[in-house]
Amino acid sequence: MNPVNYLYLAALLFTIGAAGVLIRRNAIVVFMCVELMLNACNLSLVAFSRMHGNLDGQIIAFFTMVVAAAEVVVGLAIIVSLFRARHTASVDDASLMKL
Amino acid sequence: MNTVAAAASTGEAVQFWILGTVAVVGALCTILLKKAVHSALCLAGTMIVLAVFYLANGAYFLGIVQIVVYTGAIMMLFLFVVMLVGVTAADSLTETLKGQRWLAAGCGLGFGVLLIAGIRHARLAEFNGLARANAGGNVQGLAELIFTKYVFAFEITGALLITATVGAMVLTNRERTERAKTQRELADKRVRDGKHLPPLPAPGVYARHNAVDIAGLLPDGTPSELTVMQTLRERGQIRDVSHEALNDLKALEQRSEERLGRDTDSHPDRGRDHDRAEEAAK
Amino acid sequence: MENLIALLVAAPLLGAAVLLCGGRRLDRAGHWLGTLLAAASFGIGAVLFFDMVGKDAGDRALHQKLFSWVPVADFQADIAFQLDQLSMTFVLLITGVGTLIHVYSIGYMEHDERRRRFFGYLNLFLAAMLLLVVADNYLLLYFGWEGVGLASYLLIGFWQHKPSAATAAKKAFLVNRVGDIGLSIAIMLMFTTFGTFAFGPVLGAAEGASEGKLTAIGLMLLLAACGKSAQVPLQSWLGDAMEGPTPVSALIHAATMVTAGVYLIVRSGAIFNAAPDAQLVVTVVGAVTLLFGAIVGCAKDDIKKALAGSTMSQIGYMILAAGLGPIGYAFAIMHLVTHGFFKAGLFLGAGSVMHGMNDEVDMRKYGGLRKYMPVTFVTFGLGYLAIIGFPGLSGFFSKDKIIEAAFAAGGAQGWILGAATLLGAGLTAFYMTRVMLMTFFGEERWRNKATASPAEPDVEPAAQTHGSHSEPHPHESPKSMTIPMIVLAFGSVFAGGFFAIGDRFANWLAPVTRFEHPHPPISVPVITGATIVVLLLGVAAAYLQYGRKPVPVVAPRGSLLTRAARRDLLQDDFNHVVLVRGGEHLTRSLVYLDHSVVDGVVNGTAASVGGLSGRLRKLQNGYARSYAVSMFGGTAILIAATLLMRAV
Repeated sequence: MNPVNYLYLAALLFTIGAAGVLIRRNAIVVFMCVELMLNACNLSLVAFSRMHGNLDGQIIAFFTMVVAAAEVVVGLAIIVSLFRARHTASVDDASLMKL
Repeated sequence: MNTVAAAASTGEAVQFWILGTVAVVGALCTILLKKAVHSALCLAGTMIVLAVFYLANGAYFLGIVQIVVYTGAIMMLFLFVVMLVGVTAADSLTETLKGQRWLAAGCGLGFGVLLIAGIRHARLAEFNGLARANAGGNVQGLAELIFTKYVFAFEITGALLITATVGAMVLTNRERTERAKTQRELADKRVRDGKHLPPLPAPGVYARHNAVDIAGLLPDGTPSELTVMQTLRERGQIRDVSHEALNDLKALEQRSEERLGRDTDSHPDRGRDHDRAEEAAK
Repeated sequence: MENLIALLVAAPLLGAAVLLCGGRRLDRAGHWLGTLLAAASFGIGAVLFFDMVGKDAGDRALHQKLFSWVPVADFQADIAFQLDQLSMTFVLLITGVGTLIHVYSIGYMEHDERRRRFFGYLNLFLAAMLLLVVADNYLLLYFGWEGVGLASYLLIGFWQHKPSAATAAKKAFLVNRVGDIGLSIAIMLMFTTFGTFAFGPVLGAAEGASEGKLTAIGLMLLLAACGKSAQVPLQSWLGDAMEGPTPVSALIHAATMVTAGVYLIVRSGAIFNAAPDAQLVVTVVGAVTLLFGAIVGCAKDDIKKALAGSTMSQIGYMILAAGLGPIGYAFAIMHLVTHGFFKAGLFLGAGSVMHGMNDEVDMRKYGGLRKYMPVTFVTFGLGYLAIIGFPGLSGFFSKDKIIEAAFAAGGAQGWILGAATLLGAGLTAFYMTRVMLMTFFGEERWRNKATASPAEPDVEPAAQTHGSHSEPHPHESPKSMTIPMIVLAFGSVFAGGFFAIGDRFANWLAPVTRFEHPHPPISVPVITGATIVVLLLGVAAAYLQYGRKPVPVVAPRGSLLTRAARRDLLQDDFNHVVLVRGGEHLTRSLVYLDHSVVDGVVNGTAASVGGLSGRLRKLQNGYARSYAVSMFGGTAILIAATLLMRAV
């Protein structure tokens, strides 16, 4: 098996995650889909690391994880406060960004 | 363990195809299942699969971190929030934005096709394998890079984490703008308002249903929302079993009448009630 | 001596300032102050005149520079005066006749409660006119020119409580503005052509400039002169200007205002000499106006309007003469001066008649007045004889000279102009005789018996009369009014002969206007004889129609020409149709253009932008997922583009 298949898998997962972001309305699920996309990227980075024979790819994947963790913390905090204020977790209800 | 080959072995191929399928199915379930808690669980599965793939690719440290941090911490955080928001609240999957689903599908499909075509057309170098890089141990190799080449990025990541922590606290913290009321003040207020002087009524407790999300019945048989805790009330998660209780009552009356030998067949609607009461009794 | 020139202008200006700013305290003495300052100005003029006469003909011109007015780089305008023979003539005429009219006004305006203000305006009029004639550059002349326009506006509209007077004032002002535009354009052209607008340099350099530019300047100056001097096509204001008090009419027609145009053309003689085309236009305008005014004068029953037509006609003579070049300039000015005497006399006489007739102006309601106002009759009669050119009186000499000069213009032009002037002389005799006969001779139509309708002879006279229409009691005017008339009658009789004998006046002006003797193609006595014959024919025709037969009180319908002439030869209708309607149509089409095209473009742009924005706005629906789709689609397109670029 060619390890390039990992890249195809990563692309597939990334696309699925993106579609989820576009389709789902529950902010938490949207957030999960974002995490899925990040993970797909990490997979491709790890595969690249193997391809090039050095560890830089893994380092970047590591940083991605850290940033994702920070993002999750802040994002979930936002969702919680949104829920508190509006009693809903739907992204469509926060549609005031228009004229 | 330190010898991850450039080309994948047959065992790895088998593992890839099986676990890859699992990962894709998990991802699809994540975006298709109605309940957020199911989505979260499917995502956790996908992440564990990804961790296995990391390990297979020679990223041992990342594989472990993936399981510990992602599956263990982040996904659990997600579950916490899902519980907070309402675990049973299911998303309606009907699309409200006009054309959004078609656009999303079109874009996603086009995007995926383009990505795969891009990868196919890319001139990818031979897989070198991580044998040499992992020679001194994967963790040691990563550590060497993190604390030399990527030290500034690492420091900044630390700052980012601190900021995120503080930010999360600021976002979720509710500033108390006035002094908390004492027990006596609360009691005085209740007396002044004149409503609910005694403690709030308890939730419905019956033979078959006793749970905090069931409203207790008033003497006339209607449910009283006062009996359910405020949080559930706000989420709209009150279960209404009042009609069951009424049906039970009717069934009871029906049976007692039968025992007393009354004629029931002359009243067709009573007969129907009787049937239903029978079903409810079962 | 030079310093006196400024005083000349300053005296009436001071009078105007004091009278207009002084308020009611001066009501009792204001008219005396105004008259005194006008007389002072005349005195200064006389002193300067005698000083000038004492010098050699060559260096009689005086110059005085007061201060630099607009010193901007090449644009140098000074408040500076020039007093040469031409200016001197005007100064004496303006101040002399002006003073007499002041004196007359004391009596005429006695019962008007705004008499002080009236004298202030009169002084302002004099000051502006004096400034106009003693200015040494065109810009200062323009200043005086506008001052005259302002003063005439104030005076014509003096009885502004009458809507007709207010309208007439506005009309005069607006028509004058048209001419003023000509003058301002002429001054601008002068500045671009010569780099200056002082008389000396401009007129000195006129010989060398290109004829095209000089023609343009000349035509613009002519437009200005037409406006001020009421020449065709800007003549329409003059008749209506009769709405002003009669002394104002006398002042406008005799001494100031209408003479300004003649002055301008004679002063700019050097420019016209070098632009024959412009000169030709000037003579044509003069000839047309001369006949136009005469025809209008024949038809009017309003004594003042008949005299106004006469003025238009006489100014036409002057303009015609001024258009003839050096052979005519002196005669134009000479006729102007003599005309100043007899026309002032005639107007003052007309005012005196009106004064005695309860301000009635319709000549058909006069008649037989010679018994009741002998002084007025005699002075008016002398003015009449002078204006028709009775041999020996002023008008005879000055008008005869112009006719000679017109014939001397040469070729067909000379014959046509000569014929026009002769015809004009005949018409003058006709309409002036008509005025004379209708006013002073014949039956006394002002009596109520006469005014009663023949169909109802038995009606009580008192029943028909009411208010001011009660039977007038004709009487002679007070001394303050008759004395100026007597003085002017002297001028009417003797001035022409004094000036004409030995070409005295022409030689006096020669240093300024370069006099040339006219040489008509037929001998002078023949022309003079023809003039007298035409004159007698005119008088006879008028006598036959108005002396032998009784004059109907109600004007007969008359021929088509008469009716047209009564309406000022349709000048107002013409203006209305061509200018007002034309202007309205132009405005309407411009408004339409503005609304449809200009606004259409603007509104269309705005509407299309608005519509486009309205559609684009729908993309901005506030849903984050919607934005995410566009982001995602954009990313896909970017990837596609990148791949395509790679593939290519």
